[in-house]
Amino acid sequence: MRYIPVTCEQREAMLRAVGVADVDVLFDVIPEAVRVVGGLDLPEGLSEIELSSHLSALADQNISASELVSFMGAGCYDHYVPSLVDHVLSKPEFFTAYTPYQPEVSQGTLQAIYEYQSMICALTGMDVSNASMYDGATALVEAALMACRVTRRSTVVCLPTVHPEWQNTLATYADAGQFSVAEPPSVDVASGATLLAGLADEALLGLAEVLGRGDVAAVLVQSPNFFGSFEDLERIARMAHESGALLVVATNPILLGIMEPPSAYGADIVVGEGQPLGGATSFGGPGLGFFTCRQEHVRQMPGRIVGRTVDVDGAMAFVLTLSTREQHIRREKATSNICSNHALNALAAGTYLSAVGEHGLAGIVRSCVAKAHYLRQQLLATGRFRAPWEADFGYEFALEFLGDVRSMQDALLTKGFFAGVDVSDVEAEHATGMLPAAGANLVLFAVTEKNTRAEMDAFALEVASL
Amino acid sequence: MAHPSDRKYSNEHEWVLVQGDVATVGISDFAQDQLGEVVYVDLPSAGDVLATGDSFGEIESVKSVSELFAPLSGEIVEVNSALGDTPETVNSDPHGAGWMVKVRLDDAAQLDALMSAEEYDAFIVEG
Repeated sequence: MRYIPVTCEQREAMLRAVGVADVDVLFDVIPEAVRVVGGLDLPEGLSEIELSSHLSALADQNISASELVSFMGAGCYDHYVPSLVDHVLSKPEFFTAYTPYQPEVSQGTLQAIYEYQSMICALTGMDVSNASMYDGATALVEAALMACRVTRRSTVVCLPTVHPEWQNTLATYADAGQFSVAEPPSVDVASGATLLAGLADEALLGLAEVLGRGDVAAVLVQSPNFFGSFEDLERIARMAHESGALLVVATNPILLGIMEPPSAYGADIVVGEGQPLGGATSFGGPGLGFFTCRQEHVRQMPGRIVGRTVDVDGAMAFVLTLSTREQHIRREKATSNICSNHALNALAAGTYLSAVGEHGLAGIVRSCVAKAHYLRQQLLATGRFRAPWEADFGYEFALEFLGDVRSMQDALLTKGFFAGVDVSDVEAEHATGMLPAAGANLVLFAVTEKNTRAEMDAFALEVASL
Repeated sequence: MAHPSDRKYSNEHEWVLVQGDVATVGISDFAQDQLGEVVYVDLPSAGDVLATGDSFGEIESVKSVSELFAPLSGEIVEVNSALGDTPETVNSDPHGAGWMVKVRLDDAAQLDALMSAEEYDAFIVEG
């Protein structure tokens, strides 16, 4: 079907009506210097067959994680996705349906979201989950905004060990004047390693100083943090609450299969990136922001919430609830300008959790954690890496490479391995000022249930022979 | 339900009952009837200071969400926290247990700007 927005005759008629001889005259206001002179420098057109093979050739230049052994993580993890997940996602009823406003025609979608919310609550130990947000970064920012509404304060503190990309998103919102981000707790460069591994006493003293001003709405902490290490949530929660601030914890939901949930440490809002739950790595997206809070703050929660109710016949039914928080009801008083969610990604997470089950999930996480600890030991044994700190971690850890990181990664790529994520690459893109303190040659390694002992042994052997 | 004559009314449909230097504020029977079943009342905190005309809270019914506008100025000394669990009290007893905030009046003369029950009844008939 051709779509012609305007015919030549219509264009002539419009030009006559505004008294202009030629379309180009309309662009006279654009300075000569910034205009493209002549046509765009594009190659000749291609036939469909030629185009298809051209695109395949381009795509072949990518190396997929499934073709190699990957130890990359840094916020996006290469977990196995059961085939059931894609089967459910591809059902046209789910795949094509737009926003489920109407309960009369959207019971399947609404029930799927309700089940997703229920499972996220079970994992986090929190009272309420919304229908999801875009990704972990936006969920963290929304948590900061929510904490400001709840406490009627407008400053947040973000611990420097939170994912640099997420801190960047936080700074973008802060630039828009919605809230301000207090200077992070003072960082002692000498003890940087300890601080990064988990919070050192000095850093907590710095945090206490910031909180002492009494105007902080929330402390934002990620655990496990960007470097894979667990933070001292219990202590940070106590400090936050003593100053009247809320505690916002970002976490990796798959680890909650065995970990004590953040709610047990007094978290008020728990958010995170849900990609590990059945989401593809796909160049780092699309993500799934999960967002949970305590019942008492639900009125200030952003995003959609699906509730369970009964219809006129008393049968179970699902509807969007507490919608007065949202901008399609009250634009100027809405809790968030994000009025959408990642329904398909939430469906993937719900399907994933249903497919693996409670015991299956615990088994997957135990396997990831055990393997990650094994790989760390093997890499240290090669003598090519140094441990920058000793801290508890889940299935991701940082080591300092004694040499040039880039050449090490390039060499191992030719042997079929993605040798982790170079932390200085992340710092170059999202400067936090925090990472250099941790040492210049830090490499982040993530190990999932997909990695085998044979792969790890082979990898360590290649590292040793560099 | 008649609008009791022991108190004053605002054109935003709040009532004000003064006892000593404290004024109790709620919404009128007419207002609750117009709103329908009340499901949530968002109130300020004790210690907040109101100025006449300020939005000091919200009342949500199954039909709509409306803002509450301060009929007078002064400091809030007490809020009816019981409405958190039983917002429907606003419907069943709007002039009594459904009260919302108690305000310490900073100027009793401001009451003169409000309507008597008789004037309010005429006001709502005019629409």
